[in-house]
Amino acid sequence: MSTAAVNMKRKKPDDARIIVKILFYIFMVLGALASIFPFYWMFVIATNDKSAAFHIPPLLVPGTEFFNNFGRVLERTDFFRALLNSVVVASSVTISVVFLCTLAGYAFAKYEFPLKKILFVFVIATMLVPVQLGVLPQYVIMAKLQWIDSYKALIVPAMVNAFGIFWMRQYISSAVHSELIEAGRIDGGGHFRIFWNIAIPVVTPAMATLAILNFMNVWNDFFWPLVVLKNRENYTIQLALQQLFTNRDGLDFGMIMSATFTATLPLLIVFLLFSRWVIAGLTSGAIKS
Amino acid sequence: MADLATAKPLQNEGKKPFWTETRRSRLTAYTFISPFFILFSIFGLYPIFFTIYLSFFKWDALGPMKFVGFRNYELITSDPTFWISFSNTLIMALMGTVPQLIMALFVAIMLNSALNKFKNTSRILFFMPNITSIVAVALVFSTMFGNNGMINWLLNTMGMESMAFNSGWWGVKIAISTMVMWRWMGYNAIIFLSGLQSIPTDIYEAAKIDGASRGQQMIYITLPLLRPFIIFVTLISTIGALQLFTEPYVFLGQSGTGSTRQEGVTMVTYLYSEAFRNGFFGTAAATAVMLFAFTIIFSVLNMMISSRMGGDTGGKKA
Repeated sequence: MSTAAVNMKRKKPDDARIIVKILFYIFMVLGALASIFPFYWMFVIATNDKSAAFHIPPLLVPGTEFFNNFGRVLERTDFFRALLNSVVVASSVTISVVFLCTLAGYAFAKYEFPLKKILFVFVIATMLVPVQLGVLPQYVIMAKLQWIDSYKALIVPAMVNAFGIFWMRQYISSAVHSELIEAGRIDGGGHFRIFWNIAIPVVTPAMATLAILNFMNVWNDFFWPLVVLKNRENYTIQLALQQLFTNRDGLDFGMIMSATFTATLPLLIVFLLFSRWVIAGLTSGAIKS
Repeated sequence: MADLATAKPLQNEGKKPFWTETRRSRLTAYTFISPFFILFSIFGLYPIFFTIYLSFFKWDALGPMKFVGFRNYELITSDPTFWISFSNTLIMALMGTVPQLIMALFVAIMLNSALNKFKNTSRILFFMPNITSIVAVALVFSTMFGNNGMINWLLNTMGMESMAFNSGWWGVKIAISTMVMWRWMGYNAIIFLSGLQSIPTDIYEAAKIDGASRGQQMIYITLPLLRPFIIFVTLISTIGALQLFTEPYVFLGQSGTGSTRQEGVTMVTYLYSEAFRNGFFGTAAATAVMLFAFTIIFSVLNMMISSRMGGDTGGKKA
């Protein structure tokens, strides 16, 4: 009697567990599909003819029209010029952000100086201020400097940022041992030399994560380039994409998606190559406030 | 002054040189952090104060500035479009973030679950939407939400009426909030996941031994210990939602008039068209100040709500 009861009890949770498992995988697969479907859809529309976007029932197979579609992109906009603009801007900003944020993060993590706490809180606080609060005077400053329509307007204000400093400080305080720095000082190394030769090699993973996150942010930025870039040939890729969409003579989604897909592909490849790094970085606890 | 000048060399001649190790390392530290403070003063701090100053002037960014007192604030608060932009922003912020954060929490628990055999792959898949540009997202979703698009086809096959996603009052808001949700859900799930991983597993084991059910574990352990992460994510999402711009701008920009269509105008699109389309820098500055005020109000409200959530369950360890 008692053993039977035990058996009964044991059987029920097993059944429940299988159902939970099945439901679990159904939700996982649905969620994953929802995440990647728009990418696939972009590709399907990019490779089919004009009417494909509104085909009923929706088309789900790639076609052969990609190069025709992309040809029309090249007629309408200087796509590769815009791509190059974005590469130049995003790379220079990223190099500068990684270097300057690592320097500042290192100082906040490993140096003692008056007002350190207040200054650090100030850095964090700047993250909460909406960008739009300063955008009008920023525009005026750019106009005064005659930087409107130039890379400088996009690069210089973005050369260092609060998030990067915060991120590097968190990592450096735990990853770089103060004993190593002190030993370096006693051996007569200069401050910058110690930073360069001792700290940098230890924190490259965090720098790589910051680089990728920052590159994606700058690459995908739309608001500020829209404000300061006037001339089509200086457009970043995002402005060029949006420009394709505002054409009044009917919307050619095959063309639009072939451009969008081509512009997304490099980022997608970079992300897939370094994704474990990015996600491990994000989950490593560096976000903890 | 003269005394000091003569005193200094004397001290230097003594045992203490001016450049002590402490002074040298302080100077180094200040040098290392100075780029941020210099750039932020020029392109961040000064513009913020200038915006506040500007909000009391009438200005077209070219001619002379004319002091008008609170006139700009009166102008925008009596403009119906401003209030439409305000309510649109709020509605879309609620629609885009509340369900999204609940889903993100759910997804984070799934990603963290022992049942999940594809941990790395599933994380990458769920995070992928975040790498696309908002412009690309808006373009892709504008085909899906077109009048004859895929979503309406789906609605029709399920026996429902088509919705005017690119012109209807609710349609536009649903489409835009969907874009926001799709792009940010996985990102927030990853942040929540890092929170889940920071909870020590022995707490759960102890709870299991005490006979706590899964639901009880969730309410008494997971949620309270996750609270700092919930506060962080809600705060960041609220601030982001109030700044909604690119999605409506691109999605509604088909007619070439920009996002001046009322169904999707947000506070930032309002600000943008005041300044860069109409040349009213004064009212645009007043809008920016109002936006900042709302950001502070909603951040504080948020903090209050999310710190109360799970607060009285005794999870004070967080």
